[in-house]
Amino acid sequence: MSFNNLDTLYRQVIMDHYKNPRNKGAIEDGSVTIDMNNPTCGDRIHLTLDVEDGLVKEAKFDGEGCSISMASASMMTQVIKGQTVDTALNMSGIFSDMMLGKEYDDSIDLGDIEALQGVAKFPARIKCATLAWKAMEKGVKEEE
Amino acid sequence: MNVNEIRRQFPILDQEVNGHPLVYLDSAATSQKPLSVIQSLSEYYHGYNANVHRGVHTLGTKATDGYEGAREKVKNFINASSSEEVIFMRGTTTAINTVASSYGSANVGEGDEIVITHMEHHSNIIPWQQLAKETGATLKYVPLQADGTLSLEDVRNTVTPQTKIVSIMMVSNVLGTMNPIKEITQIAHENGAVMVVDGAQAAPHMKVDVQDLNCDFFAFSGHKMGAPTGIGVLYGKKALLNKMEPVEFGGEMIDFVGLQESTWKELPWKFEGGTPIIAGAIGLGAAIDFLEAIGLDEIEKHEHHLAAYAMDKMSSIEGMTIYGPKDPGKRAGLVTFNLSDVHPHDLATVLDSEGIAIRAGHHCAQPLMKWLNVSSTARASFYLYNTEEDIDRLIAGLVKTKEYFSDVF
Repeated sequence: MSFNNLDTLYRQVIMDHYKNPRNKGAIEDGSVTIDMNNPTCGDRIHLTLDVEDGLVKEAKFDGEGCSISMASASMMTQVIKGQTVDTALNMSGIFSDMMLGKEYDDSIDLGDIEALQGVAKFPARIKCATLAWKAMEKGVKEEE
Repeated sequence: MNVNEIRRQFPILDQEVNGHPLVYLDSAATSQKPLSVIQSLSEYYHGYNANVHRGVHTLGTKATDGYEGAREKVKNFINASSSEEVIFMRGTTTAINTVASSYGSANVGEGDEIVITHMEHHSNIIPWQQLAKETGATLKYVPLQADGTLSLEDVRNTVTPQTKIVSIMMVSNVLGTMNPIKEITQIAHENGAVMVVDGAQAAPHMKVDVQDLNCDFFAFSGHKMGAPTGIGVLYGKKALLNKMEPVEFGGEMIDFVGLQESTWKELPWKFEGGTPIIAGAIGLGAAIDFLEAIGLDEIEKHEHHLAAYAMDKMSSIEGMTIYGPKDPGKRAGLVTFNLSDVHPHDLATVLDSEGIAIRAGHHCAQPLMKWLNVSSTARASFYLYNTEEDIDRLIAGLVKTKEYFSDVF
């Protein structure tokens, strides 16, 4: 039996982020705190950001969920750290396009996140991948 | 019971999913529909679609006969004493909400108690939370035993003379526990409370006799027993239903309408405002015919066998945790589990790639997940069309899932 199709979903880099999450935890006195869950499946994320002068200086997450949701959160914190809020939101839009299987703007380097491209082929799992990004969008928009 | 013959009645089962023959193990979420049900809908829409209870014309009469004939079938199916006690509704959720809004608002007040359990489905929690908030009543929970069963001792300690409503599921959609409804009903009645039964996971799988249970209300959904979605039943004792106010007002449920005041129809129609779920009810009638031709006792026996077979095979997989009663004789036809550290979603995705459909998530029972101390679980649920081969495929899929994630965990 072959797991070729599955391998497009569970790329090694994703499993690495799941097993060794980056930026796990919470920022004390962070300027932005967001709790979000996926009510249909119980995945939940607690995201804390330190936003100052339109810049995401620090990002951490905590929560529980499947490999896709937790790896996506880990990758997101990695890539938005040090970016402006506008760039972070722009990345979120690009990620959304990627998940919907649309053509997406590849001029911005999303690092490990490219590994999540395969999720687009598993419609039931797209919500897992977008949870962290939705939390981030909500947080920075409330901050403004 | 000839399962191969039964399977031929479910055309949907004969298909490949992701390159493998489909193994459908999610009937507790919704069951597949037999040909006779699909045909009953087609015959209605092809041959006698019309509104009920109003037309003088022939199609109207035929549709009314079909709709009311289905009510008679439901009455016999649950052994209600009269078809006036059978109200068609959208499903279990609507039925429980109706009891909470109508009976609850009129009979529950400040300082009163409503008693449910820690294993309930959200649809048997939230209507009571809302009622408690509106009336100032207290919502109390019967605790669970370590094996996920209820003890009558705990029920006796929780239900008091202040309790006005006890509402408990007959079969747990997560633990598979079969609750002693008859005994609990007696405790409720001794304390002057009414007994509401969430029968969503019971009615499709075993003989239900509402008079023997002596419960006051019994709710179930058609779509978990071969009927279409959007049709369900609220059974209620006539004396209670007669005193209750309707929840929805409009056409179909009225007797006389004046400018300032109106009066309601007799039971059961006073609870069926608007054009009713005609096709759905006819489909439910066809599903009941189908199940009764096979025999509910036979179906229950078959599912018990599958659950015991599955639990036995699954227990031999290292890292397997099975929730609910360990004794297969004490549980219904479903097995809820977790496999090592593999998240249920990841597990379900790998099984899906093998053509095996299971449920993963919190199963609309977040308080129970908290009690189990997990955020989510996987569940395989069985129905009359499942076979030992289906379970063998599941076991093989689980072993492969473990292998697949073995590098990670």
